[in-house]
Amino acid sequence: MSDAALVVEHLSKRFRLYRERPSSIKQRVLSSRSRAEDFWALRDVSLEVSHGRSLGLVGHNGSGKTTLLKCVAGILRPTDGVIRYRGRVAALLELGAGFHPELTGRENVYLNASFLGLTRRETDRVYDDIVNFAELEAFMDTQVKFYSSGMLVRLGFAVAVHVDPDVLLIDEVLAVGDEAFQKRCLDRVAGFQREGRTIVLVTHALDTVRDICSEAVMLDHGRVYTSGDPDHVVRELRNTLLASDPDFVAEEGDRHLEIADVRIAPADPGSTVIESGRDLMIQVDVRANEPVPALDASFAILSGVTNHPVTIVRTKELGVPIGPVQGPKRIRFVLPRPRWEPGRYFVTVGLESPDGHKFHVQSQRYSFRVEEARGRTESIDVRPEVEVLDL
Amino acid sequence: MLHSTALTSAFPDGSSAITATSELTERTSEAARFTLGGRVRAVWAAREILANLVRKELKVKYTASALGAVWSLLNPVVYLAVFSFVVRVLRSDVPDFPVFLLSGLLAWNLFSTATSQGARAVIDNASLVKKVAFPREILPLSSAGVALVDFVLQSIVLVLFVVISGHGLAIQFVWLYPLAVAALAVFTVAVTFWVSALNVRYRDVQHLVGIALVVWFWLTPIVYPPALVQSTLADSAIAGVRLFDLYLVNPMAAIVSGFHRAIYADVSVGGTAVLPAGSLAWAGLVTAVALIGSGVLLLLSWRTFHRLSGDFAEEL
Repeated sequence: MSDAALVVEHLSKRFRLYRERPSSIKQRVLSSRSRAEDFWALRDVSLEVSHGRSLGLVGHNGSGKTTLLKCVAGILRPTDGVIRYRGRVAALLELGAGFHPELTGRENVYLNASFLGLTRRETDRVYDDIVNFAELEAFMDTQVKFYSSGMLVRLGFAVAVHVDPDVLLIDEVLAVGDEAFQKRCLDRVAGFQREGRTIVLVTHALDTVRDICSEAVMLDHGRVYTSGDPDHVVRELRNTLLASDPDFVAEEGDRHLEIADVRIAPADPGSTVIESGRDLMIQVDVRANEPVPALDASFAILSGVTNHPVTIVRTKELGVPIGPVQGPKRIRFVLPRPRWEPGRYFVTVGLESPDGHKFHVQSQRYSFRVEEARGRTESIDVRPEVEVLDL
Repeated sequence: MLHSTALTSAFPDGSSAITATSELTERTSEAARFTLGGRVRAVWAAREILANLVRKELKVKYTASALGAVWSLLNPVVYLAVFSFVVRVLRSDVPDFPVFLLSGLLAWNLFSTATSQGARAVIDNASLVKKVAFPREILPLSSAGVALVDFVLQSIVLVLFVVISGHGLAIQFVWLYPLAVAALAVFTVAVTFWVSALNVRYRDVQHLVGIALVVWFWLTPIVYPPALVQSTLADSAIAGVRLFDLYLVNPMAAIVSGFHRAIYADVSVGGTAVLPAGSLAWAGLVTAVALIGSGVLLLLSWRTFHRLSGDFAEEL
């Protein structure tokens, strides 16, 4: 490992899953250990990160990303394999580790910083920076139980980004706060990179991987699925995201109302291609198997890249009450001039009562492709129009 | 199979100085070998966390109470006041009973608070254990640390009372005090390590500790004079071992006897035997043996704790 800051060789991690975990001596005596099942969270994972490089770790939920970070951090003991690194490792698996509500902001900064490996003197030195970063100058002598959740997250992150490790492990924590705060966090990560620190970053935000990582590894069911150039890895991940997921519940609901048909098309009948900046129509035909007093129809559009929703629309929230529904209905939504990234999008359509009872929900059953982008936006912030017709 | 991709350097100034001298760490499936020096260094390196956790516990315990730590001092004061009065009514055989009681009770309180809190130390901090890497010893040590702070505060009250009440401290016995405190601290930490580690797998342990402490309390000469035990057990022996020596095998009995000798000091007052007959050297020996025995115990329990601690994050 001449030049590598972190080397993982043939790392495997097995968890024992107990059907009913014995947590008392009585249970341990009565039930033998053979009731345990093995679950391999990591299988023969090898990777190497050179000094000053940033590795993005991506994969589905449960693919072993966090387990890998925990093994490197020394929280979990590997079942097999070797982990080697030089220097000090700091793991940001949780913001504000050890925060206690009864302590003041100042006291929590010192407590949290000590968990991240800073001495009191080191914390003294960066204390003002932490407070400035969190923008909580006026609240440092207030007990954090009086903080809003946003303030807590800011304080936790502010401490986290002032640690002084050689190797920094970050698990999903970048995805907090408002956009401006996230921007500063990413700036701070860029600062770490300039300082020559080595970073391993777990994230679901695939754009982050492309923007800040110099290489990426995709894990799948505990194995390295692919690795190398971030663009390549992100592409691979997106492809597998489209594949079916066994835990995925495609359809739910009691079917008192049923989704009879869904049409997604440009609102302009003369057009056939969905493009950024063109009105998009999503039309849902409803069949009533039993009369219901009120209906809340909804749809969500998920990016095929990040698998995160870019927009969620509910007739209830639009102030368009529907009901009672006794016969077939057509609900036509029109998104005025949405701006899309090119790529594939998935659509979830739902029919629910206003208090959340599910009649029929089809998760990511529909999809459409945007061929060309005229602009770039993360989420769609336009007020859709909605029209309800009796059929 | 190593995956390494050649990419543009992320640090334009090319600085890699921070890592040139950095220590190499290696982790395998094997638990790091237990060496006392290694663990002591690890805990010492994390002393900041320990200090912060103890500070946090004390702060949380007394925060939002107007009197704060005064509550901790009030405890022995009330004991002293109550027993000074009660003893007059009940006509206890032990002269200066409050001094006798408190000199042993404070030591016992340290032990029982640390072990009963320590049993929950790891499981109560499950979120930390699962998310942050730090020497796990810090958790039971912080329980012991909190109890130690209360012990020190309460001991100050006791010493003041001893001086003011006219009982007085016998200078020639006082050297026993640090020896007894050391034995108490080592024994307490040893037991706390054990119960905190075992309680992660078997939650019975915390209940067991609660019950064991009740029995243990009465096996320890705190409310009754040890001389009574000695005279009752006098000349009785099993297989050539004097029963009173067996009684002192209970480390807390030996340690509390050390505290008695150091603070209460009077072996007998006006013909009433209070403390076990025996020279000061004998008392010192008993305490020293307790200290050495506790040291061995600590080594064993620390080793157990270390072995089990690797799996804490999974078991919780």
